[in-house]
Amino acid sequence: MRLRDFPEDEVFLQGSAACQGCPGSAAIRVAFKALGRNTILAVIASCTSVFQSPFPLSALDVPTINMAFATGGAVASGITAAADRLVAQGVFDEKPTILAWAGDGGTYDIGIQALSGAAERNTDFIYVCYNNEAYSNTGTQRSGATPYAAWTTNTTKGKEEWRKDIAQIMIAHGVPYVATASLAYPTDMFRKFAKAKEIRGTRYIEIQAPCPPGWKFPSSYTIKIARMAVQTGMWMLYEYEEGKTTYTAGTKRIIQGQSKLKPVEEYLKEQGRFRHLFYPERDEETIKEIQDRMTHIFENLQFTHKMKEHIMEIELAPPH
Amino acid sequence: MRLVETGNHVAAWGARMARAEVVSAYPITPQTQVIEEISRFIDEGEMDCEYIPVESEHSAMAAMIGSAAMGVRSFSATSAHGLLYMHELLHWAAGIRLPMVMVNVNRALGPGWNIWCDHQDTIAARDTGWIQLYCASHQEILDTTIQAYRISEDLKVILPVMVCYDAIFLSHNYMQVEIPDQEVVDRFLPPFRSLWKLDLDYPFTHGSVIYPDDYEEVRYSMFQALDNSRKVIRTAAEEYRDIVGNYHGDLIETYRMEGAESALVAMGSIASEAKMAVDMLRDAGYPCGLVRVRSYRPFPIEELRTLLAPLRAVLVIDRGVSFGMEGPMYSEVKAVIYGRSDAEVYDIVTGLGGRDVTYELIFDNAEAALKGKLEQKTSWPAVSLNEHHRISKKGLEEYWKKEGVK
Repeated sequence: MRLRDFPEDEVFLQGSAACQGCPGSAAIRVAFKALGRNTILAVIASCTSVFQSPFPLSALDVPTINMAFATGGAVASGITAAADRLVAQGVFDEKPTILAWAGDGGTYDIGIQALSGAAERNTDFIYVCYNNEAYSNTGTQRSGATPYAAWTTNTTKGKEEWRKDIAQIMIAHGVPYVATASLAYPTDMFRKFAKAKEIRGTRYIEIQAPCPPGWKFPSSYTIKIARMAVQTGMWMLYEYEEGKTTYTAGTKRIIQGQSKLKPVEEYLKEQGRFRHLFYPERDEETIKEIQDRMTHIFENLQFTHKMKEHIMEIELAPPH
Repeated sequence: MRLVETGNHVAAWGARMARAEVVSAYPITPQTQVIEEISRFIDEGEMDCEYIPVESEHSAMAAMIGSAAMGVRSFSATSAHGLLYMHELLHWAAGIRLPMVMVNVNRALGPGWNIWCDHQDTIAARDTGWIQLYCASHQEILDTTIQAYRISEDLKVILPVMVCYDAIFLSHNYMQVEIPDQEVVDRFLPPFRSLWKLDLDYPFTHGSVIYPDDYEEVRYSMFQALDNSRKVIRTAAEEYRDIVGNYHGDLIETYRMEGAESALVAMGSIASEAKMAVDMLRDAGYPCGLVRVRSYRPFPIEELRTLLAPLRAVLVIDRGVSFGMEGPMYSEVKAVIYGRSDAEVYDIVTGLGGRDVTYELIFDNAEAALKGKLEQKTSWPAVSLNEHHRISKKGLEEYWKKEGVK
C-alpha cells in the first residue's frame, strides 16, 4: 500500500480543535483510513476528548462514546459484548470493529488495570495508545511513558526514570497482536491497522505522537521528529503475532544494516524538553547514558539478526 | 413457581426474568451469590446472556456503560466498597443518560472490615443521578428488579436504577419467593428500546467537551427526569400489581397510618422490624404508624408531606450518618415538612455495621420521644462503651493530657 492508494474517505473531519501539528489527529486520520466506517469508537480521556471538538460539534464521523480516564479496556468490553449480542440477534450483519483510543496517561498509568483485564480476557477489540510521552492535555506532566531525562512541568530538571515498555507488557499478556507505529511511516501504520482489523481478540497498537507544545519544537516538525525518533532508536517499530516479533520499516532497516543508527543527540537537540542537556552547558554524561542504551539495544538486535541469517544460510546450503 | 432462596439468588432471578443480555460484575461479599447464580444460569442455558468477568467494579460499571450505550439491556451487582470504587462512573452512567439496573447489597464501609449491613454505601451515592429503590423483603427484591427496568427505560426517565437491599438480613437469609411465569413478566416488561445508542447508521458523538453555556441545561434535564420518574415508579408498581400480582408500595409503603398521630420513618429491612414496634405502640395506646421509604431518589416529597405534616411527632430511623450533620434521612424528612407542620421530629442512628436493631429498641425510643424524653436531634441509642472502648478512650485522654491538648 502506497500513500497515494489510501482510501479518500475521511472519517476524521476537517475543522477539529487540535493544535497545529497535532500528532493525535494525524494518527486518528490514518487509523480510520485503514479501519473504515464500520467502527465503534470509545475515546478515553485525553487530548482526543478535546480536539474532536466541543458539543454540539464533532470531527468524528463514526459512533463515538467519550469515557472516563481509567476505562479503555472496560468500556470496550461492554461494547464488544453487546455487539456480539446484536450479531446473534441479526441486528448487525457483521461485527463492527471496536476501537478504544487512549493516550499514554490513560494507558501506561491510570488505565493499565482495565487494559490488562481486557487483554487477559482476550476481549475482541483494538486498543490504541497514541503516546505523546506526557500528560499533554493537562499541560505536560510526566507519565509512565515520559522518557528518561525529559523535561515536563513536574520533572523540571528532567525525568529521573526510564519509561516502562507497555507494548512488551501487552505481549506478556499473550494477546494475538501487538504493534508499534510512527507517524513518519504512515504506510507501515496503515498496514498494521489493516492487519489488526482482520484479527479477533485483543489487539494493541501504540503510536508515538510527538507533541509540539509538550516537547517544545515547531509545529511543522511533527513528522520530522517522529522520523528521527525511529532513526536514532528512541522509538522502535515492530509487530508481534503468534509468538514472533518482526521489526518493520525504519527499525528493520537499521537492524538489517541497510541504514545506520543515528546519534540520539540529533533527536534530543531538536526538542526543548531536552534543552537542559545542551544549555547552559552540555550534559555529556546523560547524553552518553541515553546513547549507550540505544547502542546496546541495537547491537544486540543486529547480532541476533546476523545469527539468524547465518543459521538460515547453513540450513539452506546444499549438503556436501 | 415457589422457591425458598437467599435474597442474592432472588436478585439473580430478577435479572433473568428481565432478560438482561449483558452482565458485568466483580465479586464482593456479600453480593457474590448474585453473580454466581447468574453464571450458573448462563452455563446451564437458562439465561441467554453475555457475562463479562471484569477485573474491578470501576470496570464493571464502565463495561455496563459500553453495553447499555449499544442499546442492550445490562445488569450489574455490587456492594459497599465496590459501589464506592465505581462512584466516578455512577455519575457517568447517569450523566450520559443510559438505562440500566444494578443491585447493591447495602454493606458497611471499612475500616475495619465489616461485611454486615448499613446504608452508608448507597447514601454516599445519593447524588449521582441514579434512581435508588430500597427493598424490605425477598419478594420485593425480585419484583423491584423487574420494575426497575421499566422505570429506567421509560422514555420520560432514561436513567440508571439502583436496587438496594440489606446485607445478610436480606442477601443471605432464606425466604419464600413466588417466581412469576416468564410470559407474564414479558407482558409487563417490553423489550429494551433506547432513546439513543451507538448507531452505525446515525453516527453521533456522546459525552464530549461541554461548555458552561450548555452544561447546566444538561444537569437540569437530569433533575427533571428524576422528577418525571416519580409518576413512572407509581405506574410501574401499579401495573406490576395488575399484571404480575405483587405490590410493595410505590415511592413509599405505609403501615397502620389510619388515624395515626405519630409515625416512624425507615428504609430497608429495619422497616419490617418497625412494623412490630408499631403494633406494640398501638397496643400501648399510641396511635402510631409507619412510613417505609421505598424510593430514596427520587425522594417521596409529596407523599411524606401529606402523611407527616399533620402529625404530632415523627421518629426517623437512619441506618447511615452524615458526619458533622445528622442522620441523612432525618435532614430530608425535616426539609420536606418545613414550614408546613408543627410535628416534633426525632432521629435515631442505629444498625450500623450490621448491629441488630430490635423492635424493642424502636419501641423504647418512640415511646421516649412521645413522652418528650428525647431531644429533637440525632441520637445514637445503641451506642454503649464496652470494656475495650473504655480502655482506648482512657488512653487517648491520657495522651491528650501529656501533649497539653485542651
